[in-house]
Amino acid sequence: MELLNTLWQTLLLTIRDVLPIAGILFGFQLLVLRRVIPHLGRVLLGFVYVLLGLAFFLVGLEEALFPLGKLMAQQLTDPAFLGITASDIGNTDWSAYLWVYLFAAAIGFSTTIAEPSLIAVAIKARDVSGRTIGIWGLRIAVAIGVAVGIALGAFRIVTGTPLHYYIITGYVFVIIQTLYSPRSIIALAYDSGGVTTSTVTVPLVAALGLGIASTVPGRSPLLDGFGLIAFASLFPIMSVMAYAQLGEWKAKRTKRKHESDSVTE
Amino acid sequence: MYSSFIRFLRALLGSVRDLLPIVLVIAFFQLFVLKQPIPNLPDIAIGALLVVLGLTLFIRGLEMALFPIGESMAYDFSRKGSVWWLLIFAFALGFGTTIAEPALIAVAGEAANVAATGGFIEDTPSSRADYAQGLRFTVAISVGAAIMIGVIRIIKGWPIQYLIIGGYIGVVIMTMFAPKEIIGIAYDSGGVTTSTVTVPLVTALGIGLAASIKGRNPMIDGFGLIAFASLTPMMFVMLYGMLV
Repeated sequence: MELLNTLWQTLLLTIRDVLPIAGILFGFQLLVLRRVIPHLGRVLLGFVYVLLGLAFFLVGLEEALFPLGKLMAQQLTDPAFLGITASDIGNTDWSAYLWVYLFAAAIGFSTTIAEPSLIAVAIKARDVSGRTIGIWGLRIAVAIGVAVGIALGAFRIVTGTPLHYYIITGYVFVIIQTLYSPRSIIALAYDSGGVTTSTVTVPLVAALGLGIASTVPGRSPLLDGFGLIAFASLFPIMSVMAYAQLGEWKAKRTKRKHESDSVTE
Repeated sequence: MYSSFIRFLRALLGSVRDLLPIVLVIAFFQLFVLKQPIPNLPDIAIGALLVVLGLTLFIRGLEMALFPIGESMAYDFSRKGSVWWLLIFAFALGFGTTIAEPALIAVAGEAANVAATGGFIEDTPSSRADYAQGLRFTVAISVGAAIMIGVIRIIKGWPIQYLIIGGYIGVVIMTMFAPKEIIGIAYDSGGVTTSTVTVPLVTALGIGLAASIKGRNPMIDGFGLIAFASLTPMMFVMLYGMLV
């Protein structure tokens, strides 16, 4: 009964969030383009699916995964669990937090795989690229990027180094990779930075950041708790370009192999 | 009827596979690292079921509504030939989807707390609310501007990397002058602006535009709108931190 109530409340909230978007779409369609939407019934039914789907999805996450995930983020960063005693405070070794980095990477990877907006972009990328970019290839590439990013972000909070050093170094890497990437992947790679962090990833990652910042001695959640999302949006750009470069390199190698095979024949 | 049922089952299985990694990670850390039993197992099972069902419905709705409408509007705008209306639509879409974004509201509230604790604004509820409100509008305007610039780029066929790298350089320069406390929030704000409904719509719009304008390649020119939408908020939030 309570669950039904939560579902209903969430559905109303989702409708409220989607309403301005629907208003803009239908407003421009009717007033500016003055054209009837093709397959109107199907589109409206699709909107109902989107609303219901999002509501179920959010309630399910809130009921099942977020409470446990957030609790685990707290427990894993607890000094008692990590074996840090009061005498260590102030000169804690970053390596004491090994489980935290591992958890950060694992949760970053797995939440990215379930991220609906990434699935959407991956479907489009497959269709547009004529299936040279696979849905799973792109999703796994992005998830690896998020995993590395969040783990590094957790390391940054533990060590307390300034965020912008990491981000600026990351930018330099992205610029260098852009020079050597196939042209067709660049826009998609830049896009994958923004799609990784929405419904599933942000709440868990934010809880992790706050958990680390509030338990590591000398860190303040207010100043150091931020920045994980920035890492999670930067690293997928690199991993997707690396994925494309890897694909190109493999294609070249098989081509070269074929050529040398035909020469020896 | 029967075949659509099979298709639905297959989609459900796909969603189970999407969710499986999270379940495995949480179970592994809970049982083997923290060495605790999993609490409220029935609740978690119901929740997981809802997530799977929700994901399946969402992806179905995506293919029925969000993708087709984004693309058909892109075709209609390019057939109409009015660039101005297209740009106004792009701005409205960016602004309208961001201003109500729950993640942004949360981040703006956090930012107001940081600003109040850091002594940039008076530590009263009303000045905090003003600051948060101003920040939300700033970010929403920046996303509207981003989608607009991205659409101009698709129309003109400019290579995306010059614009994005130029934006990075702007972010780096602004980082030097922005108050230290705002930098973390500014960098994070780039990630929170693009919601689950906006991403498919905007992606379909970009690809539709690139497909209907002669000489544009959907793969090279069609993507990239989201990249702009995650870049401009960083700059605008730092600017906001410097000015307010």
